[in-house]
Amino acid sequence: MQNHAYSSRQLALPLASVFAAIILTIGTLLGSSGAANAQQTTASSDRIWHDLKGDVFGDRAILVDTGVVRIEAPKRAQDAAIVPVDIYLDPAKAPDGIKSVTLIIDANPAPVAATFQLGKDAGVTHLSTRVRVNDYSYLRAIAETQGGQLHMAQTFVKASGGCSAPAVKNQDEANATMGQMKLRQFPPKETMTKTEELQLMIRHPNNSGLQRDPLTQYFIPAHFVQKLSISQAGQPILSMEGGISISEDPNFRFDFTVHGNGEIQVEAIDTDGKTFRNQWPLETAGL
Amino acid sequence: MSIDRLRRRLVNGFACTAASAALLPCCLGRAVLAAGGSSRFSVRQIADGVFAFQGADELMTAANDGAICNLGAVVGTDAVAVIDSGGSLIEAHAFLAAIGKVTAKPVRFLINTHMHPDHIFGNAAFREIGATIVGHRNLPRALDARGAFYLHNYREQLGEALMEGVEIVSPTMLVDDHLQLDLGGRMIELRAWKAAHTDNDLTVFDTATGTLFAGDLVFMGSLPTLDGSLLGWLRQMDALAVIDAARVVPGHGPVTADWPQALAGERRYFEILARDIRKAIADGTPLREAVKTAGESERDKWHLFDDYNERNATAAFAELEWE
Repeated sequence: MQNHAYSSRQLALPLASVFAAIILTIGTLLGSSGAANAQQTTASSDRIWHDLKGDVFGDRAILVDTGVVRIEAPKRAQDAAIVPVDIYLDPAKAPDGIKSVTLIIDANPAPVAATFQLGKDAGVTHLSTRVRVNDYSYLRAIAETQGGQLHMAQTFVKASGGCSAPAVKNQDEANATMGQMKLRQFPPKETMTKTEELQLMIRHPNNSGLQRDPLTQYFIPAHFVQKLSISQAGQPILSMEGGISISEDPNFRFDFTVHGNGEIQVEAIDTDGKTFRNQWPLETAGL
Repeated sequence: MSIDRLRRRLVNGFACTAASAALLPCCLGRAVLAAGGSSRFSVRQIADGVFAFQGADELMTAANDGAICNLGAVVGTDAVAVIDSGGSLIEAHAFLAAIGKVTAKPVRFLINTHMHPDHIFGNAAFREIGATIVGHRNLPRALDARGAFYLHNYREQLGEALMEGVEIVSPTMLVDDHLQLDLGGRMIELRAWKAAHTDNDLTVFDTATGTLFAGDLVFMGSLPTLDGSLLGWLRQMDALAVIDAARVVPGHGPVTADWPQALAGERRYFEILARDIRKAIADGTPLREAVKTAGESERDKWHLFDDYNERNATAAFAELEWE
């Protein structure tokens, strides 16, 4: 167990450095070297993962396809900028509870798309979001149990064909509406349960930093939502540390167990240090 | 539109250009070679001094040289303006050679109607001959964000041979709103649009013949692709429709069509797509499921439906969720 405590601390640092380092690696990954020009295969995606996993998880063992976590995405990305991905967690297969899940896209300039921390009694079993997929790549979900075990599931996504690019579609609109939020609450599908679904939407360009300022010609620094926390009456449901692989207008849909009538609170912080906050009353309160 | 509302904007110290006689298209040996073996690149005169090349209703491939969109040329007494450079250098050189057969006037302007590879991959050929490249004020920003990805992605799709020499070349003359170019004896009017097909759509109107080059704001035959704003596109269709044009050259489809009837197909498609997606959003259907059926009733009406409909539905869903 000493090992686990040590590993958790170790995990925190490399994650921060991975998010920082992505900005530096974009140029080399999309650059003109011969290797970078060929599209990835399952084998080359695995090689990227092999080199990457030590940076994110150290030398910890990762169990594969145990059923603790599942991941689903379309076999082919239709719009490279908006690829829906679903992560399912099975608490029955991890009796000590799941504390976090990390989403990795091997071949992206920013492979660590996001790490989600799950509230202890939040009961999150399904989380869907939208990501950018730059190339043929495995998408991987790695769940960490309270006891420190790592479980992984993966699915291979072929990049979109045609002229769809993982970039912001309407940049002027994205800049003008930044920080707006919308929360949708989906009532329980079955009566007498306390599980409901939330969908949180945040207006943000989540930019890659690949654009140049038209006047200075300098690259504009990456600008994305890096921290997000969602809670009910102060009790954490879900929080995220994320990067530019999350699509513009970050969008999260997840189930959770309602505790009492407290309101839903959201705080998002972007790389410019801007903080966006909002709260909504629980629509099903009193049911 | 009144002439005095048209204004011209020079950016980044751009100096007005004159192509030298030594760089006439007919001197481009490779272009003549590329065009020589094939009549596929021949241009058609669609109005007095207005020429167009019809792209294939296909995805860009090595077999079609990336030549899938319509290209145009307007010939004045002093100069030629070309509308879009095509999906490869081979196509661009062949198109220049074909224009060289119908006029000896120099190509002074290349106008990019928007950012997509089938319209801009030939740009380097026009830089070589000293033409000024003109685009929407948002085009350089859009190409900065996508250029490296386009080159990477299409190398696989088109092959090394066709991608040889293809570069992302940004415009140096930008259109903020309206811009008028004098080709000698005839004016062409350029208009920058708000986000629709992309966030950098530009149209070209030849006042002498009433020919409207709509770029990909108008698709016929091939399914339109949505890479900007569905709501913006639908909203601006009314402003497009009132342009007093005798004919349109759509970005994809026949090189000449009646105006504004040419808009009817894509308007119907986008209204159906928006209706289906709005219903899915209201029902709480997740994006991944909704995009499998939205727009399905249009399947038999378009080429490339299976290639692009689900993508359009995805982009539409992400946009309409904010209504």
